[in-house]
Amino acid sequence: MPTARGWREYPQRYRYEAAVCKKCNKWHFPPRLICDECKGQEFETKAMKRSGKILTYTTIRVPPAPFKDQAPYLVAVVEMDDGPRLTMMVTDYRDKELKIGQRVKLEFRRLSDDGDAGTINYGYKAVPV
Amino acid sequence: MRDVAIIGVHVTKCGEIWNKSFRDLFVEAGLGAIKDAGVDHIDSMYIGCMSGGLFVGQEHIGALMADYLGQAPVPATRVESACASGGVALRTGMLDVASGHSDIVLVGGVEKMTDIGGDEATYALATAADQEWEGFNGVTFPGLYAMMAVAHMHRYGTTPQQLASVAVKNHDNGSLNPVAQFPMKITIDAVLNSVLVADPLHILDCSPVTDGAAAAILVPADRVGKLGKKQGVKIIGSGHATDTIALHSRKDLCALEAVSKSAAIAYAMAGKKPTDMDVCEVHDCFTIAEIMAMEALGFFEKGKAGRAVEAGDTRIGGKIPINTSGGLKSKGHPVGASGVSQAVEIVEQLRGESGARQVKGAKVGMTQNMGGTGASSVVHIMEAM
Amino acid sequence: MTVGIVGYGAHLPRHRIKVEEIAKVWGADAPSFKKGLGLVEKSVPAPDEDVITLSVEAARNALVRAGNLDPQKIGCIYIGSESHPYAVKPSGTVVGEAIGAFPGCHVADFEFACKAGSEGMFVAYGLVKAGLVEYGLAIGADTSQGAPGDALEYSAAAGAAAYIMGSKNIVASIDHTYSFTTDTPDFWRREYQHYPQHAGRFTGEPAYFRTVMGASQTLLEQVGMKPADFQWAVFHQPNGKFPMRVGKMLGFTTKQMEQGWLAPRLGNTYSGASPLGLTAILDVAKPGDKIFMCSYGSGSGSDAFVYTVTDRIKEVQGLAPLTTDMLDKNKIYLEYGEYAKFRHKILKAEGV
Repeated sequence: MPTARGWREYPQRYRYEAAVCKKCNKWHFPPRLICDECKGQEFETKAMKRSGKILTYTTIRVPPAPFKDQAPYLVAVVEMDDGPRLTMMVTDYRDKELKIGQRVKLEFRRLSDDGDAGTINYGYKAVPV
Repeated sequence: MRDVAIIGVHVTKCGEIWNKSFRDLFVEAGLGAIKDAGVDHIDSMYIGCMSGGLFVGQEHIGALMADYLGQAPVPATRVESACASGGVALRTGMLDVASGHSDIVLVGGVEKMTDIGGDEATYALATAADQEWEGFNGVTFPGLYAMMAVAHMHRYGTTPQQLASVAVKNHDNGSLNPVAQFPMKITIDAVLNSVLVADPLHILDCSPVTDGAAAAILVPADRVGKLGKKQGVKIIGSGHATDTIALHSRKDLCALEAVSKSAAIAYAMAGKKPTDMDVCEVHDCFTIAEIMAMEALGFFEKGKAGRAVEAGDTRIGGKIPINTSGGLKSKGHPVGASGVSQAVEIVEQLRGESGARQVKGAKVGMTQNMGGTGASSVVHIMEAM
Repeated sequence: MTVGIVGYGAHLPRHRIKVEEIAKVWGADAPSFKKGLGLVEKSVPAPDEDVITLSVEAARNALVRAGNLDPQKIGCIYIGSESHPYAVKPSGTVVGEAIGAFPGCHVADFEFACKAGSEGMFVAYGLVKAGLVEYGLAIGADTSQGAPGDALEYSAAAGAAAYIMGSKNIVASIDHTYSFTTDTPDFWRREYQHYPQHAGRFTGEPAYFRTVMGASQTLLEQVGMKPADFQWAVFHQPNGKFPMRVGKMLGFTTKQMEQGWLAPRLGNTYSGASPLGLTAILDVAKPGDKIFMCSYGSGSGSDAFVYTVTDRIKEVQGLAPLTTDMLDKNKIYLEYGEYAKFRHKILKAEGV
């Protein structure tokens, strides 16, 4: 079973490592080889702070196969305090009324797995604070 | 660069076409366009297809279709830009003629989506988004558009009823289209009571999974009449632009910049403004997409398109008829074919052949075809000759 | 050299299910379960939580309390659990990668029923004391399952407690430790079985009580201390009753045990049980306080510890979530159906 694709992204999925452009200081997550702001090609690795806010969200009711046991679930576009915007599930929110602007923190969660015998995919989800 | 005209078009029936295969559908469209154009040969072909690989396990589509259309050894190129594959194929074929390199080019699009189950089709469609940073984290394609809708509703006050009225209008038009997948009229209540897919989008806000194909024959504008049977429709503007693959990377979650940019290029090339358009096919993969695209195309101010649809401004006979074909919603969305199928509708409108769907006196028309959540967009403006 | 806890952290799921909700489904008498087991409700891990995720969050809290310790300085990671997500591939490899402790680190997963967490604590402490590592991370975490309708279903819960051991900036020194182990067949799980088995009433006096008493009495003798010398005590808490009873048998008071007594609202977090109780104590302990801890793992064994809290405790308590806050605030209650779905007791069929 191929596992390299997910493994390659552990620094991002596990430690939120971003590439900060040395020329213009823009944070890129995931890291890029060329800055989309100033076209610079030199970066410094920094881990993002685990906090941000919700820009928009929806409830997924028809899930893709890897997530079929989790539906319905919320996904959101989260703007991290360090700048990058990410798409992720929102978890542990049931009794909270979510709204645009809701502050969240990122927690380490199990995203999906490659079946009962395959590897487990871990990553980040947002928890409303 | 030479001016290019379309002299033949064909679109197949759209829907669950059980007895026709991937190659059958394309060949039907291709032969239909060749016959409509009355040409006796073609110089090259461009085929838009989002994912032969995931839907039917088939790649090498250029060669396959050249072979089965009986056109080998002409050069054949498969073009991919997710849901904009057809539109980009049209543009690429146009450039082949405009450059002087080819005289008669077949442009087509095809998708066979029902040989696999719903889950697998959903997966295949989701490859239009960012697989690693959107899909991996659980968001679906409808989910991405739903998030755009939530942002648009939050900022501009667009309502679920306004979204639903896009679908109602498109079904009204589709009920007049013999190739439509879902030619039945629907109501706003029916949309709002249908099952939610990703809040606030209901199943009736979403275009379906469809089999279908479309094709067109392009020739230099100054050879119309010498090469083909009917009047030509000239492509007077063409624009293509890209944006970030992921929705979260967009500058503005409520805007489709690739659409605005591709439209600006097309308007400039054609020397036209939004108010010059008589009829337009817009990429309504979801109702919110039609609303946002119309704003990006300059038909309505940002935030006002929802109200305009509700007021009837985009009906046949309204200020600017949008999706007279029934749109992707009612006519169907065989992904790779849609961009070409939009061109078929506009060509027929500009030829005066749209029957009950005819926009009276239509002289200038537009197609807007978009990939993913707006990461690619291609706009064509056409004029009756 | 004095070795002890440099940083500690806990992490609990937010979901809960009440005893009444489980009893209702099986037609059991809720009040007698509540009274007999001393349980009110238990924590339930969400489908996206497991021992690895709970451990990562607990470890992050421990790193903060350790003074934002550079994770590269951690020389060993031991995670003890009965519900490691992989049978082969240590939970520690994912946790270590997530906190940035690699590649220079010794990692192994531990198993000894409910005392795998305290075992990790003992070994991490030992390696620091031996001078082999500068800092060692030990975690007790579980997302254990109780068989539907079984008594254990009322108590099998989830949570994680993480401890960073070192010899600098200690918040609580480990003064003495003693382990008591025998072959006692009270509770076990065979390979490929989904749920554990237990020997009914045999799990009480000949197993839990004999072992906890044995370890605790011997350690108290070895250090020449009496229960009254301690401000706090925490014992393995498979339910609300056992720890209170054994504590009192040893001579500890309710007052000493109350702070670390989480089972009634948390359930049995297995390898996390006494380690989590200890975090709740550390959250409120004062400099100079002495803490007695004794874990229990079926099979069986107990690890007993004596800790002395240092002045530094006051600087770190508020740096990460308090255990009782996580226990009592922002709870999301589940009905049995959703609980069963969360715990994979019911699954969608193939192809649905």
